Amino acid sequence: MKDFWHKSGTRSVIASLISILIGLGAGSLLILIVGLATPSLGLKSAWEGIRLVFAGVFSTGRDAVGGLTFGFNPSLIGNMLFRAMPLILTGLSVAVAFKTGLFNIGAPGQYLSGTAATLFIALSLPSSEMTLPGIAPTGIPTWGVWVLAFLGGMLAGALWGAIPGLLKSLLNINEVLACIMTNWIAANLVTWAFDVSNLKNMVENTKSGYIYKTTVNGVATSGMGLDQLFPGSQVNGGILIAMVLAVVVYVIFSRTTLGYQLKACGANRYAARYAGIKDKRNIVLSMAISGSLAGAAGALYYLSGNTEFFWSTYQTLPAIGFNGIPVALLAANHPIGVIFTGMFMSMLDIAGQQLTTMTAYNEYITDVIIAVIVYLSAFSMLIKMLIGRRRERKHADASAGGAGKGKEAKA
Amino acid sequence: MDTLWANLTSGSMVFLIRQTLIYAVPLMVVALAGIYAERSGVINLALEGHMIFGAFIGVLFVRLVQQWGWFEAAYSAGNWLSLQGFVLLTMAVAAILGAVFSLLLAFAAINLRADQTVGGTALNLLAPALVLFFIRMIAQQNTLQMATGDSASWFMLKKSMFGYGRNDEVGFLFDTFVNKVYPATYICILIFIVMSVVLYKTRFGLRLRSCGENPQAADSLGIHVFKMRYAGVTISGALAGMGGFVYAMTTTNCMANGDVAGFGFLALAVMIFGNWKPLSVAGAALLFGLFKCVAASYGSLYYLNGGGEKVFFLKELGLNTNFYRLLPYLITLIVLAFTSKSSRAPKAEGIPYDKGSR
Repeated sequence: MKDFWHKSGTRSVIASLISILIGLGAGSLLILIVGLATPSLGLKSAWEGIRLVFAGVFSTGRDAVGGLTFGFNPSLIGNMLFRAMPLILTGLSVAVAFKTGLFNIGAPGQYLSGTAATLFIALSLPSSEMTLPGIAPTGIPTWGVWVLAFLGGMLAGALWGAIPGLLKSLLNINEVLACIMTNWIAANLVTWAFDVSNLKNMVENTKSGYIYKTTVNGVATSGMGLDQLFPGSQVNGGILIAMVLAVVVYVIFSRTTLGYQLKACGANRYAARYAGIKDKRNIVLSMAISGSLAGAAGALYYLSGNTEFFWSTYQTLPAIGFNGIPVALLAANHPIGVIFTGMFMSMLDIAGQQLTTMTAYNEYITDVIIAVIVYLSAFSMLIKMLIGRRRERKHADASAGGAGKGKEAKA
Repeated sequence: MDTLWANLTSGSMVFLIRQTLIYAVPLMVVALAGIYAERSGVINLALEGHMIFGAFIGVLFVRLVQQWGWFEAAYSAGNWLSLQGFVLLTMAVAAILGAVFSLLLAFAAINLRADQTVGGTALNLLAPALVLFFIRMIAQQNTLQMATGDSASWFMLKKSMFGYGRNDEVGFLFDTFVNKVYPATYICILIFIVMSVVLYKTRFGLRLRSCGENPQAADSLGIHVFKMRYAGVTISGALAGMGGFVYAMTTTNCMANGDVAGFGFLALAVMIFGNWKPLSVAGAALLFGLFKCVAASYGSLYYLNGGGEKVFFLKELGLNTNFYRLLPYLITLIVLAFTSKSSRAPKAEGIPYDKGSR
């Protein structure tokens, strides 16, 4: 039992849980302050807001007298799983780069380029079930198009991630800056590409600025039974694919030479070079893997068939990309941990939605919570150290008390 | 020769210089904010967050003051000098609260020895989240605007204020540097010069810079490293917050929406491109301001040909709008690729100061 508490993994989990609690506490405090300071809201609505922050995903609406009710809500849980899918993947993307000592803040750009490549393939390669006017169906099965589109998305993400990697390894340009620039370049390029394409949804005029859903070509991720388990939600098999990819990343980093080399570069690039590891190649490789995961996030999100892509994105970067950073930090870059922290983040997301629809507060409170958690994880080492020190002191006290009375314990 | 002169003083040139300054000046000030933090040894990746926060505070202050009716009389009387005082007051408020916001970064980076990149990212996430939360609570929508009127009618200089009529010719210099100009732009340039001199020509500046190069040596000479780094980060926060408000006032019509279109990050690039030196940073900012200006209004730029006709050469090129929009970012990358070899960052930036390590 003592060994369990001494493990660094356990300490990481405790440090993350503490960060989460403080983050949720900060969000609740903000709600409370705003609630008390606004005459029209008051304590009662603040209390409702706080309960939704903690348990929004179990919200089932309001009862006859207007009080909040909680319980199992299949559509919210299903949507939580659906939103966790891209977050897990962008979280993995950031985690892989972190393990190699790189800060991949370029996940939004990689996510966007993955999205664009996937949509272009899924919509312009006619399958046997093509329904767009003027395009004849071909003999390609829909699953074939799905696979090509998914791989295309990953490849595009990998290429986009490799650019800052190359700039870093060859020209020693700070990857954070290069990633930020490639983000905005991607946002503009994607807008440009869709602007001149014929994939803009012109059929439903009520929706301007959107691309066709992939279902017009008969392409959509299979539900794999999850859609029956959580009726009324957007969930599909993509979440399982994301989990499998997390396990693959875990295996790469803990069982293969490649993973070892990447970690070695992360620990000390120059020592790794001295040991005969090609550090430059590994930096590019790490960013490419990282990018491919972010690309996969975009690919799976839009291959679900029930989400539409807003193409004029040159002024905003997708939040899913940035939220990969807290997902990875909270999991201490552990690929399996990312699955859980991704779920947690999407749970917050759902809670924010419930806040907006059911109370006078809004979803940005969850972004505040996420920011506080990231802020705390900046000195998570310190928190971990403090936990460790307390444990060790207790341990020392215990053993000192057992050995001989008093001396060490007093000192 | 006549054609050249006509081109140099054409309406297009007036517009180009005016707009370039409008984009370049916030960049310049915010890049100087970055210099102050990094020269003291702390990476401020949260310039973007500070700008967002400063823009929100500034717009909120303008809105509140308008609701209280403080400058109502001055506005109706056309007393532009007093309205400029209003702008100065708002800039000061944005700067002070920007400095307060930066204490979060300072505390984490200096006292807790946190990872500065992650800490900065946290502030970049926190600023838009907080700002949008409050904007939604205040305005029930995602943008916060002035209570009455717009930025141009309240804070811009116009030739009518100097006794000229609507159709009077005012001359190239007056037209470029006084007419339709926000004096805040010049105040920012003044602050930029003063703060650069402080950094390079005063004892305080020398001490601050020494903490970014070799804090151990500075400490051994009796300089309080923590205090100096706190000074660097809070000055950084103040300048960035002020820059954020000036950006919002001059380019987005005094509107806050939790976004400054990546200007904070561009400022970071400008700082690196300018090699952490104020004069080079000013040059870099002008260059990027020019590109931003071209991206925003390439369709209305023209030159005069021999016959005195307007030729809209950029429009005639027929390139996609998105090309001009991505140009500043692409140029940044290319320029960084060429200058990265000679760039010299402060030696101790990003490394938490630890008395024990020598």
